Amino acid sequence: MSILDSKIPEGHISQKWTDYKDHLRLVAPNNRPKIDIIVVGTGLAGASAAASLGEMGYNVKAFCFQDSPRRAHSIAAQGGINAAKNYQNDGDSVYRLFYDTIKGGDYRAREANVHRLAEVSGNIIDQCVAQGVPFAREYGGLLDNRSFGGTQVQRTFYAAGQTGQQLLLGAYSALSRQIGLGNVQMYNRHEMLDLVKVDGKARGIIARNLITGEIERHSAHAVIIASGGYGNVYFLSTNAMGSNVTAAWKAHKRGAYFANPCYVQIHPTCIPVHGTNQSKLTLMSESLRNSGRIWVPKKKEDAEAIRAGQLKPTQIAEEDRDYYLERRYPAFGNLVPRDVASRAAKERCDAGFGIEANETQEGVYLDFSSEIISKGKQAAYAAGNHNPSDEEVIALGKKWVESKYGNLFQMYEKITDENPYETPMKIYPAVHYTMGGVWVDYNLQSTIPGCFVAGEANFSDHGANRLGASALMQGLADGYFVLPYTVSDYLAGDIRTGKISIDSPEFLEAENNVKEMISKFMNNNGSRTVDHFHKRLGHIMWNKVGMARNAQGLTEAIAEIAALREEFYKDVFVPGDANELNPELEKALRVADFMELGQLMARDALQRNESCGGHFREEYQDAEGETLRDDENFKFAGAWEYAGMDINQSILHKEELKYEFIKIAARNYK
Amino acid sequence: MASKTININLKIWRQKNANSKGSMETYKLDNVSTDSSFLEMLDQLNEQLVNERQEPIAFDHDCREGICGMCSLYINGEAHGPDRAITTCQLHMRKFKDGETIYVEPWRAKAFPVIKDLVVDRSAFDRIQQAGGFVSVNTSGRTMDANAIPIGKAEADKAFEAATCIGCGACVASCVNASAMLFVSAKVSQLALLPQGQVEAHQRVLNMVKQMDEEGFGNCTNTGACAVECPKEISLENIARMNREYFRAMVTAE
Repeated sequence: MSILDSKIPEGHISQKWTDYKDHLRLVAPNNRPKIDIIVVGTGLAGASAAASLGEMGYNVKAFCFQDSPRRAHSIAAQGGINAAKNYQNDGDSVYRLFYDTIKGGDYRAREANVHRLAEVSGNIIDQCVAQGVPFAREYGGLLDNRSFGGTQVQRTFYAAGQTGQQLLLGAYSALSRQIGLGNVQMYNRHEMLDLVKVDGKARGIIARNLITGEIERHSAHAVIIASGGYGNVYFLSTNAMGSNVTAAWKAHKRGAYFANPCYVQIHPTCIPVHGTNQSKLTLMSESLRNSGRIWVPKKKEDAEAIRAGQLKPTQIAEEDRDYYLERRYPAFGNLVPRDVASRAAKERCDAGFGIEANETQEGVYLDFSSEIISKGKQAAYAAGNHNPSDEEVIALGKKWVESKYGNLFQMYEKITDENPYETPMKIYPAVHYTMGGVWVDYNLQSTIPGCFVAGEANFSDHGANRLGASALMQGLADGYFVLPYTVSDYLAGDIRTGKISIDSPEFLEAENNVKEMISKFMNNNGSRTVDHFHKRLGHIMWNKVGMARNAQGLTEAIAEIAALREEFYKDVFVPGDANELNPELEKALRVADFMELGQLMARDALQRNESCGGHFREEYQDAEGETLRDDENFKFAGAWEYAGMDINQSILHKEELKYEFIKIAARNYK
Repeated sequence: MASKTININLKIWRQKNANSKGSMETYKLDNVSTDSSFLEMLDQLNEQLVNERQEPIAFDHDCREGICGMCSLYINGEAHGPDRAITTCQLHMRKFKDGETIYVEPWRAKAFPVIKDLVVDRSAFDRIQQAGGFVSVNTSGRTMDANAIPIGKAEADKAFEAATCIGCGACVASCVNASAMLFVSAKVSQLALLPQGQVEAHQRVLNMVKQMDEEGFGNCTNTGACAVECPKEISLENIARMNREYFRAMVTAE
């Protein structure tokens, strides 16, 4: 087996990035306009990278499939962004953020990358404030913070329940400025459908203009892929409808290894599924766990009565409620990491205590009544009323909750038709984020020279489980503060290369490859819609490669997906024309890649004979149902090499993870 | 919450592309769950159309949780339909009656040409942002500490409220003049309210308004329809603030 070279620099962890950065090669300002860079995706990672590289003077081409770069799905992130500023004076530091992230990832992330992330986290907040991002502030005018899961400090910066929106609009404004100045050329409604390699290096992409259907060749000296995660392989997830793995997968098929595909984050607090025509799941931010308490009835008969509509949650007495996270994890309580909270919800529902009257009988309560009373009392006292009535307390408490989480409560009410100020929210875990992704080294470069991968699309920082409010941090760290240095170092070797021609045989081959695939779908004349197959794939993935996995289920899933894939190619029907806006064709091209990925995820989950973070193998748990890691045999990142259409031939390479600065231990939130 | 199903009739705008003439077409759709969102209802219709070998209806959508601003339907004569403070994707079928006929059209504005069916081109909004919707600060990691300038909570909250605009274009679609004043003023206000944005506030408002006019958006005649239909309840106050900023910039312009 080959050894993956992570290119981690020597030296003490706290000095690695600084020393390394000081010795990277540079491209002089007069040479930068001669160099082209392609950025695929305009979420936090892509937009910040495109803007920063444009500011430096490179000639940037940015691509997104939406009608505007501002719509990338980073916009939907709700809760916040972590940074080791220690503004709250509660003992936070770069080391502690580094440590929490490694531990939260269940000791399956690379130390050096995570430390760098923690180091630049403070710069991100400074940069965003300078851009005019309106973070929440205290009355004194300074920035406010809150807590997220898996930490015991308050280091999360936020803008109500719309932090992702505000950060993305900040990056979008920086990108817009560069577009206006002519440093970035923006291609909206374009989808990357292949990566072009010339002499082993990434030198361009093939993109489809989604309006005209035209297949375009775009060349560059380097390609940055920041196309997000692959949660939509499950069909139902909190991702946007268009979120897909295609750009990353095309790079994989061209030689970029794909690491840890089985690491998927199932988020504990989403609105439960309502029916078969459901198209997506909606998240209720983790920040709500600052104020909400999660419970199910203690008695099974109460749960049954609630499901039958004979009892309301507000009628269950305090002593008959099982606040199971507080019971099982007193030290972190409702703020345990996401994987732990999700499994605990599943455990209660599997045991028959679920409260939702749907087919699955799944669902638990997220209850704000305690917080409403406690904050209401504080508000009354602050206003000089030391003897408030119950009504006054509740009214003031609701007002406080509204100021913190108003948009989330409104969203919940619109979807469910229930008022969460009066009755607890019903929630259940749903697919949310994918820790796995394209393998990258310390430079965020994949195994293809010149192909860099950033944000959720890479595998690098979150190990087997991502902590809340760390995705925004990573996206912006990669784009603003890592890629500008490492990409320049790579491009320093290209100042004499000159423009990359799009007339080479490599571009022709890639273009033909794309055209062939499109023509296959357009002429297939099958009998079923794309969604029909996507839903069936999602069903297999959720049941057998979901929150709990076992060897038998995974083996079945691999075979079932292979059979489904064959049926898909034989029987899918794509209506309309390829030379116009054709959403069904777009979906077919994406689902084709999801099919391959799904199989690889099952294979990856099957080879990993341990439980860690979001990857829970039922065979590997302790007596209390906690994950059992196997550090002796599985302390590695599993990077897969593509070896043709048959995913069973894909080859596993291992990057051994070394922990020099953190003592590896069992993860304990009790 | 008991979910039930309803049968509905739909009159939907179909238009092959920007150059062709469109028309309203009639469809019937049965067994729509009242828990479905409006877009899930359209998914269901499209599934039915594809199964009947017909071309599905093109419509813009992405996040389906009311924040990306991609969805943009004019339903029964209102941007984002009959409910308030929501986007089309957050509109649920429980707002409609069994047997009802629902009219669905694209945004109508000169500056938003139809691309296909219900999909319009809103790139004019991007160009307005590119003209000035930013603070001219480069990525450096060496800006001052985020807490160096305290900002009063009231101002910060107002800036945030303006910044919640999702750029969907409902304001333009709802306005008799197809004016983009609410959209533009939201960005102008956000940045004018913050010390970081004040440095170049004058240039910003002049450039953004100039671009807005060049794109062919109409003038504001204070009817207020934009704020009523805005899914994020962006306040008309922002338009007043932008007018003040604009006049101040005009009289102090060099």
